[in-house]
Amino acid sequence: MRVAVITFPGSNCDYDLYKAAQQVGEARFVWHRERGLGDFDAVLLPGGFSYGDYLRPGAIARMSPVMEDVIGFARDGGPVVGICNGFQVLCEAGLLPGALVRNASLRFESRDVHLRVERADTLFTNEYRDGQVLRMPIAHGDGSYVADDDTLEALEAERRVVFRYVDPDSGEPTPASNPNGSLRNIAGIMNERGNVLGLMPHPERATESLLGSTDGYGVFTSLASAVSALAS
Amino acid sequence: MSNYRLEILVKPRPGLLDPAGKAIHHALVALGWDGIEDVRVGKAIYIDIAADSEAGAVELAEAMCRRLLANPVTEDFEVSVVGALEGAGS
Repeated sequence: MRVAVITFPGSNCDYDLYKAAQQVGEARFVWHRERGLGDFDAVLLPGGFSYGDYLRPGAIARMSPVMEDVIGFARDGGPVVGICNGFQVLCEAGLLPGALVRNASLRFESRDVHLRVERADTLFTNEYRDGQVLRMPIAHGDGSYVADDDTLEALEAERRVVFRYVDPDSGEPTPASNPNGSLRNIAGIMNERGNVLGLMPHPERATESLLGSTDGYGVFTSLASAVSALAS
Repeated sequence: MSNYRLEILVKPRPGLLDPAGKAIHHALVALGWDGIEDVRVGKAIYIDIAADSEAGAVELAEAMCRRLLANPVTEDFEVSVVGALEGAGS
């Protein structure tokens, strides 16, 4: 699997993501001014603070030349994953619905959270089990997912909520397990076609036991299996 | 062509939780101001621009808002001309 890791000025999880992607394929950095993603099987947008989060997180990065190609890649059905700031960029680009706004706590939240895999039949979660609870870190100030009621209803009805913040003991979404005020405890969603995923938590920071958790590794192995299935 | 100074107010949409506004609300109450119903925080953007007319300048700014300056999911915007500038471009 050939993986593009898009790098914007202010990205800071690009190396983490590159390292994680290298474990399951061949990764390459793509600078935001480069054009053309035809050589890749998957495109990853890393976390960070592109353009200092000026105006709104992701709003300026969304205007980068390479984003035209990311949008084209997604429209052609190519798998795209945006993590943290990458999720914000995907929402700003209109590839995913809704928006990510300031955490309800008004604090930058940097800690481990628990996520429930809402469906294990996607390009990004096929190595997990339905309902499996994962532990991985978050690190963001603007991670509160919001969307209008119609959009939320559509996301639920079409089962496009992929990850939800849950209590580790009960496995249920609770106010206390919601780190940022996201509506319906939403941590990650995908587009209608199911080839674009955005999530606030950092699976790439949970891919080695040295990092404290390997629960995020499945996102990368799932993607690799999905890509090889698509190719065959 | 004349130069206009535009004020663009970008405001959180009604109903959207505005934690910054809430924190300021609490701080004002703590300082002794009673009777505050609500506090909402938005931003103001000032743009100096050359255009054929005031209406033309506003139209340009509204296009900028739709394309970049405001996020339609979370924000409303309002554009007004706050001055015509000297030394208009020819």
